[in-house]
Amino acid sequence: MDKPTNQNIRIGFYVCHCGSNIAAMVDCPAVAKYVETLPHVVLSRDYKYMCSDPGQELIQKDIAEHKLTRVVVASCSPLLHEHTFRGAVEAGGLNPFFFHMVNIREHDSWVHTDKAEATTKAKELAHAAIMRVAMHKALEVKRVPVHPDALVIGGGIAGIHAAMTLANAGKKVFLVEREPSIGGHMAKFDKTFPTLDCAACILTPKMSEAGSHPNITLLSYSEVTKLDGYVGNYTVTVKRKPRYIIEDKCTGCQECVANCVYKEAKFPDEFNEGLGKRKPVYIPFPQATPQVVVIDPKTCLNFRNGELTGKCKKSCVTACGEKQAIDFNQKETFLELKVGTVIVTTGFKAFDAKRMPQYGYGKFPNVFTALEIERLVNSSGPTGGHVVLRDGKTEPKSIGIIHCVGSRDKKTNRWCSRVCCMYSLKLAHLLKEHTGAEIYNFYIDMRTPGKGYEEFYDKLLEEGVHFIRGRVGEVTDWAMSKEEMEKGKLVIRVEDTLAGYVRRIPFDMVVLATGLEPQEDAQSIRRMLNMSCGTEGFFLERHPKLAPVSTFTEGIFLAGCCQGPRDIPDSVAQAGAAAEALVLIDKGYIEQEPNTAYILDDECCGCKSCIPLCPYTAITFDAAKKKAVINEALCKGCGTCVAGCPSGSIVQNLFDDEEIFSEIEGVLAHE
Amino acid sequence: MKLTRTIKYEADRVKGFGDEVRSVPGCEQLQSCIQCGTCSGVCPLSIYMDYSPRHVMALVRSDFKNEVLKSHTIWLCASCYHCTVECPRQIRITDIMYELKQRAIQEGIYPRHFTIPVLAKEFYKMVYRYGRVTENVLAATMFLKTNPMEAVKMWRLGLGLLLRGRFPLVLEKIKRRDELDRMMKVVDKMHIDQLHDDQKKPRHAVAGGHA
Amino acid sequence: MTTKYSYFPGCSLKGIGRAYEESLLPVFRALDVELEELEDWNCCGATAYMAVDEVKACVLASRNLAMAEKLGHKELLAPCSACYLVLNKTKHYLEDSPSVRGVIQKALAEVDMTYSGNTPVRHPLDVMINNVGLDAIKKRVVRPLTGLKVAPYYGCQIVRPYATFDDQHDPQTMDRLMEAIGCTVVHYPLKTRCCGASLTGTLPEPGLLCSKILLEEALKRGADVIATVCPLCQFNLDGYHHNIKKRWGDFRIPTVYFTQLMGLAFGLGERELGLHRGFIPMKPLPALAPAAVGT
Ligand SMILES: Cc1cc2nc3c(=O)[nH]c(=O)nc-3n(C[C@H](O)[C@H](O)[C@H](O)COP(=O)(O)OP(=O)(O)OC[C@H]3O[C@@H](n4cnc5c(N)ncnc54)[C@H](O)[C@@H]3O)c2cc1C
Ligand code: SF4
Ligand code: SF4
Ligand code: SF4
Ligand code: SF4
Repeated sequence: MDKPTNQNIRIGFYVCHCGSNIAAMVDCPAVAKYVETLPHVVLSRDYKYMCSDPGQELIQKDIAEHKLTRVVVASCSPLLHEHTFRGAVEAGGLNPFFFHMVNIREHDSWVHTDKAEATTKAKELAHAAIMRVAMHKALEVKRVPVHPDALVIGGGIAGIHAAMTLANAGKKVFLVEREPSIGGHMAKFDKTFPTLDCAACILTPKMSEAGSHPNITLLSYSEVTKLDGYVGNYTVTVKRKPRYIIEDKCTGCQECVANCVYKEAKFPDEFNEGLGKRKPVYIPFPQATPQVVVIDPKTCLNFRNGELTGKCKKSCVTACGEKQAIDFNQKETFLELKVGTVIVTTGFKAFDAKRMPQYGYGKFPNVFTALEIERLVNSSGPTGGHVVLRDGKTEPKSIGIIHCVGSRDKKTNRWCSRVCCMYSLKLAHLLKEHTGAEIYNFYIDMRTPGKGYEEFYDKLLEEGVHFIRGRVGEVTDWAMSKEEMEKGKLVIRVEDTLAGYVRRIPFDMVVLATGLEPQEDAQSIRRMLNMSCGTEGFFLERHPKLAPVSTFTEGIFLAGCCQGPRDIPDSVAQAGAAAEALVLIDKGYIEQEPNTAYILDDECCGCKSCIPLCPYTAITFDAAKKKAVINEALCKGCGTCVAGCPSGSIVQNLFDDEEIFSEIEGVLAHE
Repeated sequence: MKLTRTIKYEADRVKGFGDEVRSVPGCEQLQSCIQCGTCSGVCPLSIYMDYSPRHVMALVRSDFKNEVLKSHTIWLCASCYHCTVECPRQIRITDIMYELKQRAIQEGIYPRHFTIPVLAKEFYKMVYRYGRVTENVLAATMFLKTNPMEAVKMWRLGLGLLLRGRFPLVLEKIKRRDELDRMMKVVDKMHIDQLHDDQKKPRHAVAGGHA
Repeated sequence: MTTKYSYFPGCSLKGIGRAYEESLLPVFRALDVELEELEDWNCCGATAYMAVDEVKACVLASRNLAMAEKLGHKELLAPCSACYLVLNKTKHYLEDSPSVRGVIQKALAEVDMTYSGNTPVRHPLDVMINNVGLDAIKKRVVRPLTGLKVAPYYGCQIVRPYATFDDQHDPQTMDRLMEAIGCTVVHYPLKTRCCGASLTGTLPEPGLLCSKILLEEALKRGADVIATVCPLCQFNLDGYHHNIKKRWGDFRIPTVYFTQLMGLAFGLGERELGLHRGFIPMKPLPALAPAAVGT
């Protein structure tokens, strides 16, 4: 067969079996044979595992022996191995962009059931790649320097751990927390499963260390409002909410609290889930970090509708005295920071139990959420660790804990919240310890997959806690007439699926094990940081197995519950995201994919059509030249502007007209 | 003491029954049941059921056709839809119960002298004949067919209704009954073969309905 | 301005539920709403029929829907909960299931009918609250039923499975309506629990127990009367006291239609509203004395 020959273009083609992943549905030798006949192809092979070391070495050897100038591999998704093969091509001495990859696994063998047709499709795709690669140009990978400082958003256990890791490695870290104190959910717990060690004993030292670390700038009561710039070089705007206290001057003596004109604490206390009371000036909890009070303008007499009135005699200011830490004129301020990496650790929000009215939360006073119980069993909680009903005095004698509230349910949240079984066991144990009450757990499936977790379940069984496998139908306050035991109680109606009966069981107290869901502002954070969210609304990692803490944006990492429900050990383990950030900072640069767009100055008519099209605001207008300009560092190579430019004056590397048209021709060439 | 064998062998299953039920519009979700028992937990009639609604879902899924069709549960279901709105997998349990009732009637498997299926059939026939239902006449027919003694016991209620003008002595009918007749014939012709897979034998109207 | 609805009474409103129609029509008339009864309507295909053949039940319902659409009023009113549900269920099947839709369309075509799905099926309670409005109702009240303690009973099928106009767990529309005509609404946690109507006639034990639980709880909560929205519930809760008494004791409390109470508040006569048709009569209340002020 006549083959047009071009001395400079010598293509090597490899089709991978991927074990049987591809070979079972695509006749690989036939594909190799077919490609062998195509123009410029000097070598065509099929091979069991191209990504293996021998596979890569094969490419390098062939480049040398057969003087290849272009390489095509037909295998899995480029997301997985494009990088690998480009590396092999480069090691063989070619420009890495003289390579093209064809996906015949996800796009072919995995989605088809007819081997002949799948093989034909593989040939067509390979043909397209051969035509395309002939047009490829040598491109250069640019390096963008990375700013050495890092930003951590969210000061829960994950954020604290990440910040400490970086700071201990000598990096400067800004830790932004929107509440008056860091600590997150863990700060509310008394004990943690499965070891039942005291949460405060673990957390408090970490909090104060983070608060005083020379490399950490703690910005509490603050939120990130804007992120500008590009990979490795971000400008972050942080809003600092007025706490009406000058942080540096406040010593945390709390004289102001003691002397507030409100003698009694009378406002519902957020940290205690509304179970306790606080004054308008308060410190959220004894170990709060920073040890600085905060004034709440909604309840302080000196304000009305957020405006200063001066109506109060301000005994707090008098009490503060010389320290002069109170400043009623504080306003919202904005701070600009330069950072190179960002770690997002914004955590979770507990499911709102009112969304399941059949369980009566908010209607029956003695239905509690798990977080409320965490505060009730806590010796520094609103009742000093005394577990009582909502009346503030009666100890419950029987308690029902309902699992999966707002989890595993298509009507609310479909996912399993992962920690509720275990924390319900923990609460069952603590409640029994505190009250000696009869305790029932109602579960669908008991999930105890962590280290020491099943053993903890065993322990609870031995302690005599009751376990009923059945999702509770309803919690009611009406009694069946003959059932004396139901009078005045909360009655749970449930199928005891293992005993095989529908049962009604009366309780003094019902606890709802509410699930974990994304923070309310997750979507706006996602947009701001250019991340993605899964369908449930948690932030999406780049790859669930291979890149679990990276995002699709270089230099932005995730850790903790903002990525999905998990417990403290897993959150902390994940805060190793910091390690990845560290590697990046130490490397000092980010490699930029060269598939960016550029403008042909001679052809651009200055119509500005492309500017609003770019989703990454990479295009600006050069007023002097009257031409549009693309910032390479910002361009993500989406191609929108290329298609949008009316004069066709935008070109995208690796996707220029020649390359794309050849590829199309290739697909169509095969009958 | 009489012992009953409770083990089930493969031969006790009617293979494909679960899939058949699942192929009926409205019953598709059955497979995703997680056996949580919420349906039984809220079902007001579960007090009297031999198998709980959850148990019925499991039996259907595992092809225990005879056990399910003979159960009291499907006839005790009062169609209150409580289970359906609470099921975390959004399984339309009530519709599945309807489907099982239909199959039980069709196959003539139901507890003898159990009046609910008889009522259902009489209701069906009355609508076929007159296009409407006159409840008191329907009830009387049903009792005569199943348990005449019960009919006698109900005299008090019947008399009460009569005295209050709620016991119509004339049957309610529609004028253009032929229209209904023609519509139903169309349904019979197309019927279920299209709704279910083709191998299944066509579902015949119950005895006394139109052929 | 008068609004017009097509009206599908259903079999019960012509028989045991006669009083529902007798009170519904004048109350709507008083509120300037006109109901035009479908000519030659047929049985909706409800509960018992569904058990025999669900597709045929939908075909039965579709004839009514097609006739309603032809009549040309925007919406169809179905006061019986069972009819309301079957008509709506048929609409849902028409939308969601191509196979059922195919059968229905063929059957309708056989008798030269069509149904495009454009006529919503509404329950009178829904129309009262969302179209007529509480203000208009309050204006018509001449004899507020002050002091009458009502247990609002919604039953199953108007909030389940399609919660179109009220909350599934704790519906409020009738509560608000009863307050608007001066009643005191008692907290009635069983307001959507099944009354067992489809069983009572055939399997007395479970059916009656369902009713007894409802009656007992209404009495415990101090209600004078139970208000219902469905002829089957009304009959079931009102008609079997004798049988319940034999089994569990006396739980006598009258059960009336919400439209009957509205009628009373509007100054209509008890007989006019069919109140004499109930088994357990409502106690005359001082508040029910003829209105002091006319309208
Ligand atoms: C009732 C209950 C009991 C539990 N018990 C245990 C247990 O015993 N053992 C265990 O291992 N796990 C337990 N868990 C799970 C545990 O709470 C989590 O694993 C852990 O809190 C996750 O930490 P985090 O830092 O990812 O998130 P969080 O603790 O939620 O912290 C997130 C932080 O980010 C801040 N933040 C959020 N959004 C922003 C923003 N936009 N800007 C700035 N800051 C922001 C928040 O204010 C918060 O401080 C329990 C969970 C619950 C609900
Ligand atoms: S201004 Fe008044 S109310 Fe506000 S914190 Fe100071 S003393 Fe308390
Ligand atoms: S290719 Fe996409 S990201 Fe790059 S400049 Fe054009 S529109 Fe912006
Ligand atoms: S409620 Fe739904 S998922 Fe749970 S057992 Fe019943 S049918 Fe299955
Ligand atoms: S619809 Fe039937 S099975 Fe479901 S809760 Fe009601 S009576 Fe029980």
